[in-house]
Amino acid sequence: MSGAEAASLVRSLPGVDAVGLEARAASLGTRSVKKDSKARAIDLAISMIDLTTLEGADTPGKVRTLCAKAVRPDPGAPPVAAVCVYPSMVATAAEALRGTGVKVASVATGFPAGQVPLEVRLNDTEAAVKAGADEIDMVVNRGAFLSGDLERVFHEIKAVKAAAAEARLKVILETGELVTYDNVRRASFLAMHAGADFIKTSTGKVGVNATLPVTLLMMQAVRDFRAATGTQVGVKPAGGIRNTKDAIKYLVCVNEVLGDDWLSDHWFRFGASSLLNDLLMQRQKLTTGRYSGPDYVTVD
Amino acid sequence: MFEYAPAPESTRPDIKEHYGLFIDGKFVEAEDGASFTSVNPADGRALFTVAEAGRADVEAAVDAARRAFETVWGPMSGAERGKYLFRIARLLQERAREFAVAESIDNGKPIKETRDFDVPTAAQHFFYHAGWADKLDYAGLGADPRPLGVVGQVIPWNFPLLMLAWKIGPALACGNTVVLKPAETTPLTAVMFAELCAEAELPPGVVNILPGAGATGAALVHSPVDKVAFTGSTAVGREIAKAVAGTKKRLTLELGGKAANIVYDDAALDQAVEGVVNGIFFNQGHVCCAGSRLLVQESIAAEVLDRLKDRVSTLRIGDPLDKNTDVGAINSAEQLTRIQELTAAGTAEGAEPWQPECELPEQGFWFRPTVFTEVQQSMRIAREEIFGPVLSVLTFRTPDEAVKKANNTPYGLSAGVWTEKGSKILWTAERLRAGVVWANTFNQFDAASPFGGVKESGYGREGGRQGLEAYLDV
Repeated sequence: MSGAEAASLVRSLPGVDAVGLEARAASLGTRSVKKDSKARAIDLAISMIDLTTLEGADTPGKVRTLCAKAVRPDPGAPPVAAVCVYPSMVATAAEALRGTGVKVASVATGFPAGQVPLEVRLNDTEAAVKAGADEIDMVVNRGAFLSGDLERVFHEIKAVKAAAAEARLKVILETGELVTYDNVRRASFLAMHAGADFIKTSTGKVGVNATLPVTLLMMQAVRDFRAATGTQVGVKPAGGIRNTKDAIKYLVCVNEVLGDDWLSDHWFRFGASSLLNDLLMQRQKLTTGRYSGPDYVTVD
Repeated sequence: MFEYAPAPESTRPDIKEHYGLFIDGKFVEAEDGASFTSVNPADGRALFTVAEAGRADVEAAVDAARRAFETVWGPMSGAERGKYLFRIARLLQERAREFAVAESIDNGKPIKETRDFDVPTAAQHFFYHAGWADKLDYAGLGADPRPLGVVGQVIPWNFPLLMLAWKIGPALACGNTVVLKPAETTPLTAVMFAELCAEAELPPGVVNILPGAGATGAALVHSPVDKVAFTGSTAVGREIAKAVAGTKKRLTLELGGKAANIVYDDAALDQAVEGVVNGIFFNQGHVCCAGSRLLVQESIAAEVLDRLKDRVSTLRIGDPLDKNTDVGAINSAEQLTRIQELTAAGTAEGAEPWQPECELPEQGFWFRPTVFTEVQQSMRIAREEIFGPVLSVLTFRTPDEAVKKANNTPYGLSAGVWTEKGSKILWTAERLRAGVVWANTFNQFDAASPFGGVKESGYGREGGRQGLEAYLDV
């Protein structure tokens, strides 16, 4: 598909009714998930986490700590899906995770703003892949998108996809900066037509990150995209999901909007850091019957 | 599949084995000793017995209401009446969970709806009308509007507590006293409300609750009340209109409907489908303003139907007390028979039925959500009110045709319009003959918003400033 075709296709998408979308998300959020189903949901959520550290102060030591926790978060708990770091930490993470099955994800393309020349973004991507990243989390050019240059956004994603080669590409839409639901839907389709393996809500670095309605909208987009093209794309809400209750709401949405086909870490991820400890505390409560607390889970 | 464990609501109301009639502030037996049994529609088992009011009981209740009107409630200042109504509203909120569970058990509707809709909205109606009680002079209905006197009210089984609130709230706020007959299959929350009135120390006779069937209702209509308010079927509404014709009794009627949901090709599709599902499967379709006809533009009909079927397949049908249940039980064996009869007629007349695959409980009254395609305007399922979880899908080509088909019914209670284009909403809404037209939403209710029908869906409004007019001499 050409850039012009993709741009005209997403421009012709039907609109999103904000009130209806938010009402649907709120109603899915009232599902009561208890007992066995809660235990299963917690383990599923743990296995879907991209355990993330994206700080200027990250050190190899911190990344190794995180990797150890990713592999064995708690006795009996499943490993998380991936560890997500900056490109400079990919080699450290890759070494720490070798042979464990936990993937190395790297943000790239001048994360989080992406306001560097395309060439630099592509080099960033290639370097991360070369250092051992299994997955690349790229940011879209919001400036170009908001100025209406959809073709440019399309071509850039295609270029990053090529640079990422075998690595799975997660395209961060930064929905908090796209603001409207109509924009989120257009950006979702643009990214998918350009070859995204995942569409991801946010960098976690702006005021508004993942919300349930935005993620629900992106789920509807991947559902419709598969129905139209046969290609399945994953969804990753990121930023702001801190507790078990919220995580379960997202899983309920996956369950009722996308169904079985998306209910695995291959197709759905949580970009989070503090969420893991809350899931572990809830898990301990369910297995031991005693209330857990921050002293019973590890600091990162 | 990620299965949800059963999540039954744990609160259990203290349902007694037997309830009496509530007359003049006291629970009494029917004079002829008659009583009947209320059944749990989810399992068909008997729940409790309740006294059945006869003609003598109706007379006693109307007398008590008359005394209360003349000696206490009528002369009372609006501000004082307001206090009682605020107290009732607060008590209803305090006992919200108990009422929600009781309503779910007696009616068959899911706890999710009674908890999030029926009970909070009922409380809201009392709060709203409590606020009006001392401001009636400013309702735009003339200076110092007077109450009518004793009001006889007959309510249906689909929203037992909420319909009670719609009726009693404005009647009391305007200074009338009330004799109310709840529906035969759902008297529980009405008698619990009678207990709540006693708890609120409402003066005896201001509210009288008379459980019973059609005969009780007829006796109430023929009794010397000053006004009759009825919500229910158009057939019964006609009988009532005949009965009060030529008397001094005022009448408001909120009757049936066969609402159309018009989905244009430029609608936000996922939200439109959501609204269509809500419009017809909310409360098992036991809603007078249910969007029982889907009019979808032919160019997107196939896509909308695919999405609709996918969505309906995710509805969770079963135990009304499970917090994850979306669709509960049909209210009664009689209603189930009517739904079965009409859907059979739909199939016989050539419409194509579709139902999701889902397990239904073996006991009780259950009906799968049903979508009929290939429906033509002439078929019974497109013309008659089914009052069940059955959607008839028709198509249209132009906005003119959509409006013409939507209006092609003796009813006129509600309608829905779905398009992202504001001008098209206005164009369509102007031409739809219905008491309420929802745009890009459905089944929204608010105490401040008047609700009622045109054509054979009745007359008079409930809620809002306009709703006060039904209970005042203006």
